[in-house]
Amino acid sequence: MRFLLRRLGFYLVAAWASITLAFFIPRLMPGDPASAMFARFRGRLSPEAIVALRRAFGFSEAPLWKQYAQYLAHAARGDLGISISYYPATVGSVIGQALIWTVLLSGVAVLISFVLGTALGMLGAWKRGGWLDSYLPPVLTLLGAFPYFWLAMAALFIFGFGLGWSPLRQAYDDRLVPSLSWAFLASVVQHAVLPGATIVIATAGGWMLSMRSTMINVLSQDYVLFAHAKGLSSRRIMLQYAARNALLPNVAGFGMALGFVLSGSLLTEIVFSYPGQGYLLFRAVKSLDYPLIQGLFLTTTLAVLGANWLVDVVALWLDPRSRS
Amino acid sequence: MTALGQLLANRKALVGLCILALFGGLALIGPLLVGDPSDFVAVPLLPPSAAHWFGTTGQGQDVFAQTVAGARGTLAVAFLVGLTVLLLGALVGTVAGYFGGWIDEGLGLLVNLFLLIPGLPLAVVIAAYLPAGPGTITLVLVVTGWAWTARVIRASALSLRQADFVSAAMVSGESHLRVILFEILPNMLPLLASSFIAAVTYAIGAEVGLEFLGLGDLERVSWGTNLYWASNDVALPSGSWWTFVPTGVAIALVGFALALLNNGLDQFGNPQLDPERAFLRATGRKRLQLSAATPVLRKSQSHG
Repeated sequence: MRFLLRRLGFYLVAAWASITLAFFIPRLMPGDPASAMFARFRGRLSPEAIVALRRAFGFSEAPLWKQYAQYLAHAARGDLGISISYYPATVGSVIGQALIWTVLLSGVAVLISFVLGTALGMLGAWKRGGWLDSYLPPVLTLLGAFPYFWLAMAALFIFGFGLGWSPLRQAYDDRLVPSLSWAFLASVVQHAVLPGATIVIATAGGWMLSMRSTMINVLSQDYVLFAHAKGLSSRRIMLQYAARNALLPNVAGFGMALGFVLSGSLLTEIVFSYPGQGYLLFRAVKSLDYPLIQGLFLTTTLAVLGANWLVDVVALWLDPRSRS
Repeated sequence: MTALGQLLANRKALVGLCILALFGGLALIGPLLVGDPSDFVAVPLLPPSAAHWFGTTGQGQDVFAQTVAGARGTLAVAFLVGLTVLLLGALVGTVAGYFGGWIDEGLGLLVNLFLLIPGLPLAVVIAAYLPAGPGTITLVLVVTGWAWTARVIRASALSLRQADFVSAAMVSGESHLRVILFEILPNMLPLLASSFIAAVTYAIGAEVGLEFLGLGDLERVSWGTNLYWASNDVALPSGSWWTFVPTGVAIALVGFALALLNNGLDQFGNPQLDPERAFLRATGRKRLQLSAATPVLRKSQSHG
């Protein structure tokens, strides 16, 4: 429990640091990006809206610390300003609609990739020199060398445009109204399979290789030898003696790699015009929608921090040593 | 055998080095051979032919010329980022690992923060405010990429710090700077090399990703902007696979070569890593019986 609280404290510091980064980055830039940013609003927003936006970002005549306090207060309330490209929607509501799709697509894909890669790594190390161990790692390493979004382009080209097996864009058929009906859910799944599969293929190799190497390490431990000598079934030795111990460093690595993997899957969304955070980021960059870019940075970071805390909980559950 | 000879005897490292040398040469002299890659030379979206080996883009530029010229644009930035990340990571890592105490605590917190914050959104936040171009991309990639290197090097510096020869050097009155530069860093050479390779790999991927997002200088030819144009023109719906396949394959080949080289370096710098293969090679056997234990079973039990 104390461990979890300490980690929670660290994530709170991290959250504060990223919010602060988002505040200082525009102010550290050469020239006057704040004015440039607000110049873009002119003619598109009413003067009152610009004043409100300036206040939300803390850009005012007040001294820096006052601006900072103002900004923190707004950020704490979840007020991230107004989006330029989706005017008059607030950044919060625009991101809110997109976040669910990213959590759905990337969350599920990353979990599948981790479970699949770890299982493959476990089996590969267990049967060293077998076909799984000899052929799969080089293939996955080669696939992992392609940028995620390039694999997505290739997959979309072959299975979407070429064979017509997969829908080409969006998260669901736009003739359907979002509801909890079978038709709608089926359409969502249909649209998510191809982007999800490219994320899994691009990332599973990494999990497989790291699981394989820790597993090989664990297999040479004396307690595994002893388990063999006791005559335990190999299934039990593999799963409960070797894999469980080999899993620990991998779970810790999972949290570390989450931000990196998420960055890749955001780019995958762009290829499929999947209406999540990544696609939003693309639109925001195109129209230089600074409030939206900052909001996306903050929500993505907070999501990664939250996921890391969950990873800590899982690691604690896996490792009795850290519980005492 | 010299160190280089030993490294070249490793087949993986050799293949990796050859591919890298090919692309390095392409980056150095390639742009001189293919002419201006931005020229409009033919009808848009021509399939590969004798005149245009890789076909033409949606704007009628030669894809082969763009792929070759893109090597320079991309690899130059990646190399620069790799070097800067290595220097910064080595500085932070050795200082934190060597001095320990509150310096280590503070730097460690900073490193962990940057490891946690997802790189792409942070990179976009910074890059969006700066003029598009290779300078911005380099800066952004260094900011988002240094922490991993620093973490790895810190761990190594921490363990070297406890080594006897380092204590001896400190007792004999060597300055901190000298101990770090002449005792600790030279003993990390394999780690520094693999960190550099990892940083370059990261830089290529992230650079291509940022440019694909549209944050690069779109007038400049590089692998990332090639893919940006390929996806924004009508390449996919019109079936023009040649607009994005050559660039992607080039990126993957370089990434794969870097992975091979890293793997080879690993085996070379750490022979313990694969003792079984060394054993098999020395004894000429094909397989190693992993479980050397004989199960002790009662008659009623069966081995499963």
